[in-house]
Amino acid sequence: MTTNKTISSTCKFEEMLASSPDLPASPYLLKLYVLGATPNSQRAIKNIKDICEQHLQGRYTLEVIDLYQQPQLAKGEQIVAAPTLIKKLPLPLRRILGDFSNTERVLVGLNLRRIE
Amino acid sequence: MNENTADNSTSTSLINKPRFKLPKSPTGIQGLDEITGGGLPAGRPTLVCGSAGCGKTLLAMEFLVRGATEFDEPGVFMAFEETTKDLIQNVASLGFDLTVLIADKKILLDFVYIERSEIEETGEYDLEGLFIRLGYAIDSIGAKRVVLDTIESLFAGLPNPFILRAELRRLFRWLKEKGVTAIITGERGNETLTRQGLEEYISDCVIMLDNRVTSQDSTRRLRIVKYRGSTHGTNEYPFLIDENGFSILPITSLGLQHSISYERVSTGVPRLDTMLDNKGYFRGSTVLVYGTAGTGKSSLAAQFAESACLRGERVLYFSFEESPAQIMRNMRSIGIDLQSCMESGLLKFHANRPTFSGLETHLATMHREINRFKPQIVIVDPLSSLHIEGKGAEVKAVLMRLVDFLKTNQITGFFTSLATSNAALPEIFSTQDISSLIDTCLVVRSVESGGERNRILSILKSRGMTHSNQIREFILTTHGIELCDVYVGSEGVLTGSARVVQEAKKVAIALLHQQTTEYKQRELENKRSILNAKIATLEAEFAIQQAEDEKIIEQEMAQVQQLELDRLRMEKVREADAVPNIILGD
Repeated sequence: MTTNKTISSTCKFEEMLASSPDLPASPYLLKLYVLGATPNSQRAIKNIKDICEQHLQGRYTLEVIDLYQQPQLAKGEQIVAAPTLIKKLPLPLRRILGDFSNTERVLVGLNLRRIE
Repeated sequence: MNENTADNSTSTSLINKPRFKLPKSPTGIQGLDEITGGGLPAGRPTLVCGSAGCGKTLLAMEFLVRGATEFDEPGVFMAFEETTKDLIQNVASLGFDLTVLIADKKILLDFVYIERSEIEETGEYDLEGLFIRLGYAIDSIGAKRVVLDTIESLFAGLPNPFILRAELRRLFRWLKEKGVTAIITGERGNETLTRQGLEEYISDCVIMLDNRVTSQDSTRRLRIVKYRGSTHGTNEYPFLIDENGFSILPITSLGLQHSISYERVSTGVPRLDTMLDNKGYFRGSTVLVYGTAGTGKSSLAAQFAESACLRGERVLYFSFEESPAQIMRNMRSIGIDLQSCMESGLLKFHANRPTFSGLETHLATMHREINRFKPQIVIVDPLSSLHIEGKGAEVKAVLMRLVDFLKTNQITGFFTSLATSNAALPEIFSTQDISSLIDTCLVVRSVESGGERNRILSILKSRGMTHSNQIREFILTTHGIELCDVYVGSEGVLTGSARVVQEAKKVAIALLHQQTTEYKQRELENKRSILNAKIATLEAEFAIQQAEDEKIIEQEMAQVQQLELDRLRMEKVREADAVPNIILGD
């Protein structure tokens, strides 16, 4: 069993090496938690949409959730601040706080750019 | 004058006006409600701060659990450090079953997970998410109590302290608006009460916990730093955390207002009762037995305990030197059966080494045990062991509070104290100055004379009763303690076999005296009988003489008559002319 697993993970690793060394083209699953139609929320929604369209066109799903309407989600998603964007996929999970006005940092958070 | 009275009456009426009382939320934690005068400020946040491991989380959790179980106030526990699972396990060991309370919707646990490495700050944000989350939790179970443990962790998780500070200020205001009674815990900072200066935001009530180590013994202490709108105890109070949770022990020297008793308690030693006004100690008084090693202090304590148990009273025995089993074995040798007292549930031992904890903790433990067992008599054997722990003034302060506590509860305190020298007057009185706390002081001493050691007992003082000023010899027999008179004579105070010898000597002398007297009496008796015999002889002789003499007199008389008759006859014969003077036979 363990051997099989090791073999399969090794195979995957080999495949990954063989494929293009560029950034993975896997789909992005993003969840944005905001609070109603506050200026922060509006700015955040606009900014993230712009960034996604520019960098992730066609390979992302963005879900916007209003915590005022669904407060019960806050506990499960470990929401503390608002707005919070959770990058569910690809792993690792990241939480990006703020109104996304700092595009550079958003890209770092989305693993689209390395920290210089 | 009149004006003055008028002024006075108005001022009194002002004072007597029904005063506004700050609504309080009882914590249900033993002792905390006493020193806060009813609990934490209701509907306001309270800051509980202290260094790591001093019991902040537990205090907060007990506040919630007691609220849910005793006051029907559900609570939300928002944890920033421990996961829900950990929390449930941790407090289960302290006797709180959270799973049941959670299932009953009495308590809601919410672990806020913040991982610095997952977070990226990209602009303006606020903590409204946390507000929503907390608000939802509060509303879902109708919570009246909230705990935020330890909210300062947010500072480690979120990079922007400016946003955090502003948001925390808003959070506490929001909690107040919500009307929930909240406890916010905070780690102690270097210069400030909390690391992030939370005390600036939460200023209604601040409680500080402390775990101080002095000479290797740690003592947990609690202090109310501030409490707006309410009076509160200002001291540092020791507290304990045990299998029953928190207990704070507000033992302070209150006013000397405790009621007193005229009831008397037998000492268990009949002769000692006799020495103490024929009745024994006063109930609710404090008794100190003072003496050097091996003078029978513990035996006196045990005898007192046994007699109390036989009367059906409850006795709590704090031992700092011997284990209960050892005490029971040793006391059995002098005919004191503590085993059956213990089995009947009237006697309880609490044995600890004095080094087990600090002085304050000892006091706190005693306080807790007394509250639980509710004894009529408390024995501390020996009190002097506590001196290892603290120095003079400290011990006195502790003892004073213990004595006050016992007196307030009308418990008779019986303390033994080991003397280092065989002086007649305990040095403990001069150095520790505890004399003022003691009502009855017995001194047991060991006297060496004639190649042996003997114990003597005397009463140094006993307030409120006429007591004997005599020294008694103190004997441990196989059937308990006995006191007997010492011999005081020209040869000084004699005890032990010297006393026995002296007593024998006394008996011999008395016997001799008796014999002499008897002999004298017999002699006198003899003399009297001889005298009587002599008198009888003389009387007999006299009687014979008398008879003879009377006979002679009679004969003489007869002769004289005969002569007269003869003469008359002669005259007749001679026909004398003279008229006879005597006419015979008329």
